[in-house]
Amino acid sequence: MNKYESLYEALANLDGYIYPNEIALNWDLLIVMYPYITGLVAGAFILASLNRVFAIKALRPTYEISLLTALSFMLVATMPLITHLGQPWRFYEMLVTPHLTSAMAIFGFVYLWYLMVVLLLEIWFDYRYDMVIWSKQKKGFMSFVYKVLTLWVLDTSPQSRRTDEKIGYFITVVGIPSAFLLHGYVGFIFGSIKANPWWSTVMMPVIFLFSAMVSGIALVMFIYMVVTYLRKQKIDMNTVDTISKYLFYILIIDFSLESLDQIHRIYEADESFDILKILVHGKLFFTFFIMQIGVGVIIPLLTMGTMMIKKPREKIRKILYLIISICVLVGIFYMRWNVVIGGQLFSKSFYGFTSYKVDMISGSGFWLSLLWFIIPFFILAFLLWLLPPWKKKESIH
Amino acid sequence: MAIKKENFSRRDFIKNSSMFAGGVVLVSLLNPLKVVYATKKPKGKGKWYGIAIDIEKCIGCANCARSCKAENGVPNEPFFFRNWVEQYTITNDDEVKVSSPNGGIDGFTQPVSDDEIYKTFFVPKMCNHCAISPCTQVCPVGASFESPEGIALVDKSYCIGCGYCVQACPYGCRYIDPAQGVADKCTLCYHRLEKDLDPACMMACPTGARIYGDLNDKTSELYLFIKENNCAVLKPQLNTKSKLYYKDLSQEVH
Ligand code: SF4
Ligand code: SF4
Repeated sequence: MNKYESLYEALANLDGYIYPNEIALNWDLLIVMYPYITGLVAGAFILASLNRVFAIKALRPTYEISLLTALSFMLVATMPLITHLGQPWRFYEMLVTPHLTSAMAIFGFVYLWYLMVVLLLEIWFDYRYDMVIWSKQKKGFMSFVYKVLTLWVLDTSPQSRRTDEKIGYFITVVGIPSAFLLHGYVGFIFGSIKANPWWSTVMMPVIFLFSAMVSGIALVMFIYMVVTYLRKQKIDMNTVDTISKYLFYILIIDFSLESLDQIHRIYEADESFDILKILVHGKLFFTFFIMQIGVGVIIPLLTMGTMMIKKPREKIRKILYLIISICVLVGIFYMRWNVVIGGQLFSKSFYGFTSYKVDMISGSGFWLSLLWFIIPFFILAFLLWLLPPWKKKESIH
Repeated sequence: MAIKKENFSRRDFIKNSSMFAGGVVLVSLLNPLKVVYATKKPKGKGKWYGIAIDIEKCIGCANCARSCKAENGVPNEPFFFRNWVEQYTITNDDEVKVSSPNGGIDGFTQPVSDDEIYKTFFVPKMCNHCAISPCTQVCPVGASFESPEGIALVDKSYCIGCGYCVQACPYGCRYIDPAQGVADKCTLCYHRLEKDLDPACMMACPTGARIYGDLNDKTSELYLFIKENNCAVLKPQLNTKSKLYYKDLSQEVH
């Protein structure tokens, strides 16, 4: 098949005028996945931090799950970006010779800081004591593995546990702004492009941050319920009720911020307004109004709102929570889609549009995107097996 | 003449990082308000290239676009251009119609009948060689850079093909070369300038609608052209300090 076939199709279906170099969408589905996955990391982590810093008891059962979820997604977070490069093997240049005025270059460092300093350390301090215990209980190879993971810090005295606890707490406190930074930064990668009026807004980092929290919290809720179900344990309703409460409020903030941004655009109605209006009402209608706002915001908000007023039976609540978390996850995916793809559908000449179809057959983008979304779940399964939160000794905090 | 490119070594990185914070403050203090045109190079005595286009003289033959593709090995498909021509038609009903079939290479037709046309003209497009180029700013590895002569270039042996610069260029002047997976754009035929030859598009234009030259040289044809005519740059509000000047540019052109 001709590799330009989809481009010729787009060319045949152009609306109005578009600069010829803009017919090809440079950033495809993979770049949609990139902020999506990073957002899940930041959101899951922030939920964990809420629990620890504010000592919210009801969230305790999700603490380790949140951290491990964040780690699983973090490990692949850069993969969509790297596999999208025209020269993937040169990606390390970004780290060894970064160009300091580039938001993308700095992202590499924010990422490493977050992964190495915050996430891994927090998990390590949280699990160190248990890993020492497990290394003693297990035999042979696994005993060795746990020992390696403790980095041979085998002290189990209450004193050492208190130190773990203190440092862990400190890291969590540092971690919150770091998580904010991580995802705010991703927003900045788009928000700082003055050439593109759909992206260029100071609100972008803030919107990305809140949508990240929303998606991360929904993901943890989903994973907690599924994992508990698979373990044939009872889902702690107090926990999911509390998560859903947070989800509800943060979703409201997120939606308000996004609306503010849109209202501001509509009221100011600058030179780009006409084209963006046609974009939102035309090419983005389905993904914006139906998926992002309808499925991602209205349905979850209405359902959760109603449930707050009148609490249905446990069984129904469980099902509804599961559905809500999926709706939110889908909605945020489309939010990323609308930003990344939407921002490239209209011409910077403001005179027309190109089109984009996910190429499922010949394009590698679709399958790679799917891969980068699925792999974290396998990593998570592995981590939950290696570091089962439910086998931890009750911590002293 | 080799291109003096600022390469970013690890040492520079450390040096730069420490200078960065101070630099930001300094630049914001020292940069006075300037005109939107970058008619002067901020410092140095060497050449400082700019381009001017006499819209009235352009007949839409697209010889420039054709010769550019041939000279620079730009892929033939109609999705990759370093240089293209647009036809603007403004109707009596205030409708703006723009077209550029295969960048103008396939020739133009005029679907609007003569008595409905308010005005129509051709606008050749190419890299504006911005003095404050957004494309250079965003490149994560510094593969996009400005030559000392004020030409925006890409080091293809270094580019990682992230496409960030393509997004950052407000004028749609960049594309990712499908064969090499790296960014490509107009170089003002840097390889020819090095040999004191004119860029291909300048040579190909039969009407002399295109001029290029040294903005530092007060006697150059380009300098005088900009001085004597009413010239404007595209999207001045974005403050890219574009060095591609259009004579009598209509506001409809973006
Ligand atoms: S026109 Fe585009 S590619 Fe050329 S220097 Fe300006 S931003 Fe860069
Ligand atoms: S595509 Fe190449 S030149 Fe453009 S920003 Fe990325 S690394 Fe730099």
